[in-house]
Amino acid sequence: MVQFEDVVKRFGDLEVLQGLNFSIAPSERVTLIGPSGSGKTTILRLLMTLEKVTSGVIRVEGEPLSHMKRGGQLVTANEAHLRQVRKKIGMVFQQFNLFPNMKVMRNITEAPIHTLGVSKDEAHERARELLDLVGLSDKADNYPSQLSGGQQQRVAIARSLAMSPDILLLDEVTSALDPELVADVLDLLKDIAATTDITMLIVTHEMGFARDVSDRVMMFDRGVVVEDGPPSQVMGQPEHERTRTFLKAVLGEEA
Amino acid sequence: MNFISNVAEALPSYMTPLVVTLSATVFGSLFALVVAFGLGLMAGSRLLILRGVARTIIEFFRGTSLVVQLFWFVVVIPQLFQVRFDAVIIVAILALGMNYGAYAAEVVRGSIAAVPQGQLEACVALNFSYWQKMRLVIIPQAWPEMIPPLSTLAILLLKGSSLVSLVGLADLTFHAQVMGRRPDQEMLFHLGMILVMYFILSYLVASGMRFLERRAKRGIGQEPVATRRPRAKDAVAVG
Repeated sequence: MVQFEDVVKRFGDLEVLQGLNFSIAPSERVTLIGPSGSGKTTILRLLMTLEKVTSGVIRVEGEPLSHMKRGGQLVTANEAHLRQVRKKIGMVFQQFNLFPNMKVMRNITEAPIHTLGVSKDEAHERARELLDLVGLSDKADNYPSQLSGGQQQRVAIARSLAMSPDILLLDEVTSALDPELVADVLDLLKDIAATTDITMLIVTHEMGFARDVSDRVMMFDRGVVVEDGPPSQVMGQPEHERTRTFLKAVLGEEA
Repeated sequence: MNFISNVAEALPSYMTPLVVTLSATVFGSLFALVVAFGLGLMAGSRLLILRGVARTIIEFFRGTSLVVQLFWFVVVIPQLFQVRFDAVIIVAILALGMNYGAYAAEVVRGSIAAVPQGQLEACVALNFSYWQKMRLVIIPQAWPEMIPPLSTLAILLLKGSSLVSLVGLADLTFHAQVMGRRPDQEMLFHLGMILVMYFILSYLVASGMRFLERRAKRGIGQEPVATRRPRAKDAVAVG
């Protein structure tokens, strides 16, 4: 589904990802954990084409994401190719990034109407289903500024699902929320994980959530994968000292 | 009541010049807005060639005086290229539009650049094309921020339109000077007439722009702010 082949990402002199190799199976739920600056968010941003790889290739369903084939060679992808591969990928952001100039309904329907060519009626019907799913049926005619952070994030989740992505990227989706609003969003995501077969890449500091929802946990440190396995192993019996220190630090905070 | 009867007597003769000033202002502003969006979007483009072209045009029109530009448009270009512009008003509108449009392009570019990065990233995630992103997300959010500085520019354009009298267009300023020089007329009186008329016109422009701003802010779910601390980008250099 998703393959990273020798992916290197540098920002100036800083090597954020150091020749990363891994692949993710369809419908797999993978949580990326690790200290800040370890490159987790960069992986999501590369997949969403918000950043370009310095070297290496990322493939989504076999198609190179950052590159395209031209005359038998891989060359840097152009905008048309990027728009083609992006169709399969959705992303939910830490800061929600809802469009403040649109009411909730339009936030959800504009992209399907304009980029997928879905009819208006169809888009509205689907949006109402999704609002129902995220428990905000009564907010369709509100502006994002009239909603709480938790509500905004649930709208953002509905907005990304409206594009019917094969892969959903969740970038610290509860980090900007007040503590009492976190549970609602996490419950919603657990619900989505249980009822769909969307492939999910999750960056989170919510270890309980990571344990519940993921098939696989990848521990990153300084741009390399330190540990990779089911949550019971990585979080239950970590083999590496760095994983143990990290979990201790994160869980210590929660206890 | 000599004064009031003087005004009543002089006023009808000001109607045609008023129409000239109004046309130059309204059509000049509309053309300036088109120029501003064209150059502003180009100046914010990732493509060096578009940016370069826009910057050259903007700097040229900001860097030379409006009076000189008017003379070039009306006098020099027709002689150089052996063409004749019969409608001086059209040429004046083009010159005003290019000059003030160049300033306004910076307002457009700045307001678009001020839209938070997260909005652009959401547009990528939802796979919008450049024009969809601009039309649906970026410009609607940048527009309310553009209105106060654009309003200042519209008032400057109104007053700058008095310069068209220098190339022989019979606007308010031109008319007041002609009338004031007549032996049976007072110059001071006619300068007073246009002083008040320009003030009323610019007040109308400002009110109209405030109305637009309120409407634009409602359109993005914001309550209009009656007074606020001025921001750096509200300031616009005087041409």
